[in-house]
Amino acid sequence: MRIAIAALLALAPLGAQTIAIQNATILTVTHGTIKGSILVRDGKIAEVGDKVLVPSGATVIDATGQYVIPGMVDAHTHIAADGGVNEGSISDSSMVDIRDVLNPEDIALYRALAGGETTIHILHGSANAVGGQCVTIKTRWGKDAHGLIFQGAPPGIKFALGENPKRSGNPTGRTATGAAPAARYPATRMGVEDTIRQAFTDAKAYQAEWNEYRAKVARGENAIPPRKDLRLEPLVEVLQGTRIVSCHGYRADELLMMLHVAKDFGFKIDLFVHGLEGYKIADEIAAQGAGVSTFSDWWIYKVEAADAIPYNAAILAKKGIVVSLNSDDAELMRHINIEAAKIMKYGRLSENDALAMVTLNPAKQLRVDKWVGSIDAGKDADLAIYDKYPLSASAKVLKVLIDGTVYFDRDKALADNLKAQQDRQKLIEKEKQNQTRQQPARRPTV
Amino acid sequence: MKLLGLLAGCALMAGAASNDTFLIRDADVYPVTGPVMQGVSVLVQDGKIADIGAKLTPPKGIRIVEAKGLRVYPGMIDSATELGLQEIESVRETEDTGEIGQFMPQLRALAAVNPASEHFPVVRVNGITSVMTFPSSGSAGAGGGGGGRFGGGERQFISGQAALIHTDGWTWDDMAVKPFAALHLIFPSMPRAGRGGGASGNPDTAPAAVAGGAAGGVAQAKQAYQAQIDSINQFFDDARVYQKAKAANLPGFRTDLKFEAMIPVLDGKVPVAITASRASAIHDAVQFAGKQNVKIVILEPRDLKQAAAELKEKNIPVILGRVLALPENEDDAYDSAHTLAAEAYKAGVKFALGTFGNEFVRNLPYEAAAAVAFGLPYDEALKAITINPAQIWGVADQVGSVEKGKWADLIVTNGDPLEVQTQISHLYMKGKEVELNNRQIELYHKYLNRP
Repeated sequence: MRIAIAALLALAPLGAQTIAIQNATILTVTHGTIKGSILVRDGKIAEVGDKVLVPSGATVIDATGQYVIPGMVDAHTHIAADGGVNEGSISDSSMVDIRDVLNPEDIALYRALAGGETTIHILHGSANAVGGQCVTIKTRWGKDAHGLIFQGAPPGIKFALGENPKRSGNPTGRTATGAAPAARYPATRMGVEDTIRQAFTDAKAYQAEWNEYRAKVARGENAIPPRKDLRLEPLVEVLQGTRIVSCHGYRADELLMMLHVAKDFGFKIDLFVHGLEGYKIADEIAAQGAGVSTFSDWWIYKVEAADAIPYNAAILAKKGIVVSLNSDDAELMRHINIEAAKIMKYGRLSENDALAMVTLNPAKQLRVDKWVGSIDAGKDADLAIYDKYPLSASAKVLKVLIDGTVYFDRDKALADNLKAQQDRQKLIEKEKQNQTRQQPARRPTV
Repeated sequence: MKLLGLLAGCALMAGAASNDTFLIRDADVYPVTGPVMQGVSVLVQDGKIADIGAKLTPPKGIRIVEAKGLRVYPGMIDSATELGLQEIESVRETEDTGEIGQFMPQLRALAAVNPASEHFPVVRVNGITSVMTFPSSGSAGAGGGGGGRFGGGERQFISGQAALIHTDGWTWDDMAVKPFAALHLIFPSMPRAGRGGGASGNPDTAPAAVAGGAAGGVAQAKQAYQAQIDSINQFFDDARVYQKAKAANLPGFRTDLKFEAMIPVLDGKVPVAITASRASAIHDAVQFAGKQNVKIVILEPRDLKQAAAELKEKNIPVILGRVLALPENEDDAYDSAHTLAAEAYKAGVKFALGTFGNEFVRNLPYEAAAAVAFGLPYDEALKAITINPAQIWGVADQVGSVEKGKWADLIVTNGDPLEVQTQISHLYMKGKEVELNNRQIELYHKYLNRP
């Protein structure tokens, strides 16, 4: 028996090793900044503090002069979703699921990891008023699609307001056949509200049918189950509170509309994404306990972003709203720490409040904060190690751990890339030689 | 007598209204072109830096700006924007870049600059006092794949005259630092292997061309590429013929606005800013410059490793695009865009930074900081957004550093301007204090204080 256990232990995965990160400046997010060590065991943070006893046999990472922050969390991304993120043919597409198109080989995953992001929410696009289902993953580069998924994280769904969902109602140009494309309802913000209300009205009725059926079964009566509806199932989960609600929106009027819809149907908006005019209705958002995941300083790229201000996050935070900063972009997600620093500039938030916007706050919005988002004993050992003070544009990530495993090491990454470039060059040379050899003999000209 | 009185009155008013004479006292001055001077004063007279020193005796009654513990830097310069020409990216009506026409050297970005654009107050509160504004941004990654985003979609070569402007002014006349700072040329590029031919964008024939090795498709694409370069050379040759005809005052000579605009370029007074991203395009652009004997600046080069030696040898400066950008190829090092500035520095190529767009001009100093994170010495990063662009665009006698005789384009900060958290407390352009306010700040206060 004992031997069997020993054998099992020996087979334990890489993540189960014990790692000690020593002599670091640690920004914990939940209990200030510590100069000390982090002990990682079995993929979890075992201990954090200035006096941590390092067990013999632990792998030591000497982080003298370096900084450790929690692996960053991004509540709004569109990477690693193979074949596009918009099921744009219909305005109500809650049946489609990003989980079905996860592409673990998207290089953007690796690049996000190299920028210190360890947990990301992959959203459906914003073409439809009722968009598809979304998934929370960890950036475990090298794992298969299943291995990326953040086990235990609730699934999500996305709604969209404003210019994007109404765009197909105002088509421009010509289709491939030369015909003008057909307009798709809705074409206005009014129609967007109607589309969402109709979807939830259907979902309520559907939920009632099932409730009635289950009650009958419970009473021992004979009953025919209702027909399963894949479009309405996720909306019922929203009504039950088991699915994360993201809602894309810019202008204050449309955000307010969605707050009314949520109130009327009795669900919570976990996060408005963009929410660029959220600052105009901060009180209303706060009253309903909704979160906002916004940009630091994106603005004016479209009409509904004209009133976007870099103080949005600060105003919302000052009104007690859980605010996160998101990327929505494969490039921005490589340095989302800089976005946090900007909130220290615009609105003068504290270092901790700013850092929380890319760690603990998005973790709360995605309901994964019991596992990630801060450096606390018992949480997943998802950590980013920087060479300098991380709330700065002149710092870079040196190492990233997920579940206690080093998934990114800058020195190794650069060495590997150099080797790959050399190998590539060799293959090109070889191919050139092959081509020379295979070239057909010139036909005699005479 | 009455007239005299009136004149005296005017002079008095002008004196009272002229707020471009003052003394910044007891600051740490970072001139960029020399070592830091701690605890010194900067005397500004009539908009220009008159003196810098520890023991200045300022004229009596001069306005004093106390700056103990604060720092003085030159205002920053973004070398590639469309400021004033583009308001909302997605609304065609607010976009004035990318005119129709292949060779349009006569088009002046300056005259289309909207001084009331909301972009100006937004960028200047972050310390950006001058920008190059281009008649077309070209298209970056494609190595110059097309002209402006609009403009009928026609392939453009010469998009017009880029202007170096201040980010404040009542009119574009006021704003002009150098009205014709560069001629913008978007260099043609060879299509990448396997990616739709240049001659025939036909996706059906292009892969076949690759499969067949050096068969028809590639040869055709090369031919088309060469034809495009020939047409550019032809245009320059024609302009030179025109210039000679004009000089000789030949009978029947008629003014041609296009060729007229080319004369300062042919004379070497105005550089050609050439959008060329890939090594082959950069090399061909350099060859072209040699053949035409014109001064050039390369915009947004990506393949610096291969191109650096030639650029250094020919003393050709470059405007690097965003430091915080994605690698061009999937198998590039993850930080390949971040390290470009350090590479240019190591290779001895002169460079400045540009944000190539409008939305993120205000982040110019943070782009410079990111270059520091990935290997560029700090001082070089600061130069890349101050004195280097001033030199590259030929205005180093006026702006780009804190030196006697230059315009007082200054920022007063509480720290390192490349650090995100640093706050700017004063900003001067030509010695005039510019209010650090904009619509975003007004909206902030309005809604923060919503009852």
